[in-house]
Amino acid sequence: MTIAELIRDASEEAVGYSSDECIKCNVCLTVCPVARVTDLFPGPKYVGPQAQRFRTGRAQPVQVPGVPFALSPDVTVDYCSGCGLCTSACPAGVKIAEMNSQSRARMKAGKRPKLRDWGLGQTDLVGRVGVLFSPISNWALANRPIRAIMETTIGIHREAPFPKFGRRTLQSTWKRRQQRRGTAAVPGPERAIVYFHGCSANYYEQHVADAAIEILKRNGFETIIPEQVCCGLPLISNGIYTEARQRAHKNLDVLAPYARQGYRIIGTSTSCTHTIKAEYREMLDIHADDATVVANATWDICEFLLDLHEQGRLDTGFGRLDEDLPYHAPCQLRSHGIGLPAMELFALVPGLRAADMDHDCCGIAGTYGMKKEKYPIGMAVGAPLFDKIKASGAPEAACDSETCRWQIEKATGTRTRHPIEILLQAYRVADAAGGTKRGPLAAAGT
Amino acid sequence: MGEAHAYDVLVVGGGATGAGVLRDLARRGLRTLLVERGDYGSGTTGRYHGLLHSGGRYVAKDALAARECIAENRILRRIAPASIEDTGGYFVATPDDPDDYVDGFQAACIAADVDCEEIPVVEALRREPALNPGIRRVFKLPDGSVEPWQLIESNIADARAHGSDAWSYQRLVGMERDGDRIVAAMLRDERSGSLTRVTPRFVISCAGAWAGQIAAMVNVTVTMHPGKGTMLIFNQRMTDTVINRCHKSSDGDIMVPVHTVAILGTTEQRVEDPDQYEITRDEVAALIRQGEKLFPDLGNMRLLRAYAGVRPLYQPPAEVTAAAMKDGRQISRAHTVLDHGAMDGVENFVTIVGGKLTTFRRMAEDTVDMVCAKLGVTEPCTTADAILPNQVPGKTYWLGHRLADHEAEGGGDAGLLCECEFVTRPMLDDFLDRHPGCSLDDMRRGTRLGMGPCQGGFCTFRAAGVLAERAGHAGVADVAELADRAILGFLRERFKGTRPIAAGRQLQEQWMISGVYEGGLGVESLIEHETPEASREVVGAQR
Ligand SMILES: Cc1cc2nc3c(=O)[nH]c(=O)nc-3n(C[C@H](O)[C@H](O)[C@H](O)COP(=O)(O)OP(=O)(O)OC[C@H]3O[C@@H](n4cnc5c(N)ncnc54)[C@H](O)[C@@H]3O)c2cc1C
Ligand code: SF4
Ligand code: SF4
Ligand code: SF4
Repeated sequence: MTIAELIRDASEEAVGYSSDECIKCNVCLTVCPVARVTDLFPGPKYVGPQAQRFRTGRAQPVQVPGVPFALSPDVTVDYCSGCGLCTSACPAGVKIAEMNSQSRARMKAGKRPKLRDWGLGQTDLVGRVGVLFSPISNWALANRPIRAIMETTIGIHREAPFPKFGRRTLQSTWKRRQQRRGTAAVPGPERAIVYFHGCSANYYEQHVADAAIEILKRNGFETIIPEQVCCGLPLISNGIYTEARQRAHKNLDVLAPYARQGYRIIGTSTSCTHTIKAEYREMLDIHADDATVVANATWDICEFLLDLHEQGRLDTGFGRLDEDLPYHAPCQLRSHGIGLPAMELFALVPGLRAADMDHDCCGIAGTYGMKKEKYPIGMAVGAPLFDKIKASGAPEAACDSETCRWQIEKATGTRTRHPIEILLQAYRVADAAGGTKRGPLAAAGT
Repeated sequence: MGEAHAYDVLVVGGGATGAGVLRDLARRGLRTLLVERGDYGSGTTGRYHGLLHSGGRYVAKDALAARECIAENRILRRIAPASIEDTGGYFVATPDDPDDYVDGFQAACIAADVDCEEIPVVEALRREPALNPGIRRVFKLPDGSVEPWQLIESNIADARAHGSDAWSYQRLVGMERDGDRIVAAMLRDERSGSLTRVTPRFVISCAGAWAGQIAAMVNVTVTMHPGKGTMLIFNQRMTDTVINRCHKSSDGDIMVPVHTVAILGTTEQRVEDPDQYEITRDEVAALIRQGEKLFPDLGNMRLLRAYAGVRPLYQPPAEVTAAAMKDGRQISRAHTVLDHGAMDGVENFVTIVGGKLTTFRRMAEDTVDMVCAKLGVTEPCTTADAILPNQVPGKTYWLGHRLADHEAEGGGDAGLLCECEFVTRPMLDDFLDRHPGCSLDDMRRGTRLGMGPCQGGFCTFRAAGVLAERAGHAGVADVAELADRAILGFLRERFKGTRPIAAGRQLQEQWMISGVYEGGLGVESLIEHETPEASREVVGAQR
């Protein structure tokens, strides 16, 4: 196998070797949103391909006689937010962000993770407990003295954005609904999709899931919600690979049979879908066929809707929404390499003046901006975006990724929603006006 | 003309052997002067493969050499840990290696006292996943890698501490013989051209492949068989373990991780003149083809440069066979001390030839034993027991140390002169303090400046600036001229070694860098300053 093939295959090895491709042009440094705002982070070229040549034992923990493991050479790489912009910008194809993530994992492997990093990785556990005690947990997270204590004890910044826990999980609501409805035959892959809700829709933002289910139904697709766990990204970005691999395997075991039957797997979180599409293989080095089959079947919801539209199958009976809508494309969306499908969908809504804020990253980068020492960096990274949104005076904004939405809302005071919530609103306006449906369903005469 | 009378012994040649001999003599109380025509280690010692032999390579053919290697390997780990990386070595049997050699390998190791343990192939592949998955057997031996320049420096420092001295850029240009004795030696300063006459009681030639030229100065014939060996430097380590093919030695069958890079070698080809040789594209291609048997993906890995060194091979004239004339591998790797008193009637002159870097200390001990006997000195050799200066017991080299040290200071490019090899300003200042008047190329050897993927593209002008700044402080008038010359000379040297291999990313990198220097900085306008020195060597590809 050649290096080129390996890189396409994107194993951990290949990520490391891709530093061979660096010609030191510094393009990555110019796009890095973190290096731009802080001297604490030396930038992608330095922590990536440059430092890589000094790292021993790529495939296993460092084995240096007489040197304790803690003497890992990496320190500053921890300030990489993992936004992935460097990788997408590098003209030579160096997998910089991936390399950084792996180095962080190696830096932390063998040490016990900080309680905070571990906790931020455990979105499942935190979500379950939070939902169980939702009135109390929501009160606690909004309580300033408690947040101050959290900052000093576990290092989560007191101002960091936190969502509200839902009263129950999507999984449990969905199961009940299914029970009420009784068992109906599951439609085939042409009439149904598999929904990967991820943590946020499960524990915090069921309304996003509801919007997705309704829009998909309008366009002729039933939703299947299998049992699933966190995609594992929060664990990956906190450098806790072993647990992340366990999550990945659980999900692959559930999703692969669907993918093999031809079902598409749709997600409403760009970060979850990117994890499934790319990082199970690139970061976690999972090379079972399952990983490839599932990756190829996975779609971001806007990507999927736009694809329907391109086939002439999208219901475009949107009602009029007369408003300015600042839109932030999350950095993870850029790593999908699918353009900005939300913007193209917005263009189908009469009256809607959506504007791409054209800013690389809001600074939260998953859980990065929540950490005490990184919160100011995250705020500085996102500052131009926040200023633009505030200056627009728009009543609400849109963004595809949950943590970004929370960050933007917190920083600007502007309500921020998922693009499909906006689209659903536009459908509802049409319904209220008794508008006729166009698209496939109309054609079928329903 | 200057005169220097105070020395008992003159050592000619500042490679590992000369430095070892100097140290040994000094510790036995003989006031010694070492002279080297260039920078220390600019001969074969600076152009070798970097392997601290376990002896495994020689067990089948030359058990004596193997025994010497393992004994010295153990000693060097003790006395010079900072110059050694304890990588460990694997001898792997690829599908192309004959069974009989492989089957007898472990027994041969044990017979020669070389530690050897067979390990499961899966374990080796887990540790070194870039290895050929088709390998059939793996033996683990105590190979390592050695940093030659630091080793020489430590030896010289110890000698200085014992009252001896070493001069670089001093070429021996002639010796006066009076009957059966050498009475004086003439040195030329290679920078200023000034001459110095020294009158030692004894002369030891450690001039390696050049030993014939030294002997000829007193009409003594030493017939060397300089054997050129070519090596390829890969941009990063694809292995953290030394990998040897378990077979009868041939071309391209060892990969040595050295600092940030991995070096594949070598070849064996007779050359007439140790200063004139070339590396061809065909040679490079053939090496890679061989190397692919160990690392199937080698052809796709980034190659930084090719370089070559000349082995100081020697065989007594009577024993030179026709086969050895054709294939240098037939010539013994053992060393020989030539007693020119007994052989040629020059009583106060010996030459040490052959050997390996791994055994340099032993070679020195044997030589100095002979010289001391002649001079009536009875002090025993202590070089195997005393740890060298600037070395911490048990603390071997660790690849990550530069990154770790720099990170401890906050990290980042701002503090780095050479970003590829993590050379900082304090590191360079320290080196320049210890090596006044040195060139950028000397700085490269001393600090690894410019040895990374950009091959000096982004650090040369910064280092030249440092040189000029320091020269300015020291009162040199034309610092600009000095900086120009430094840049030109260095760039020439660096690009020379990349010519036979330039392709792919490395070629792109070169185009970008020439763009910066020629298009951006207008370096070609400096050509008129070019010194003949800079264009003298034919290839002189160095690492
Ligand atoms: C390709 C290759 C790979 C090798 N790999 C290994 C290996 O992996 N491990 C190992 O142990 N050994 C290895 N060796 C062998 C080892 O490199 C040599 O045996 C050793 O470096 C020789 O050191 P030296 O001091 O004898 O010679 P040199 O280092 O050549 O020193 C001789 C010095 O004499 C100087 N000189 C010449 N003429 C004059 C003069 N007129 N006046 C003043 N000075 C002069 C030269 O400039 C030179 O610096 C390798 C050799 C080659 C060629
Ligand atoms: S953009 Fe790519 S090639 Fe350029 S410096 Fe960064 S890693 Fe190297
Ligand atoms: S992933 Fe983002 S933060 Fe990290 S180095 Fe790349 S551009 Fe910078
Ligand atoms: S939070 Fe979003 S834009 Fe912001 S860092 Fe994320 S993914 Fe990037």
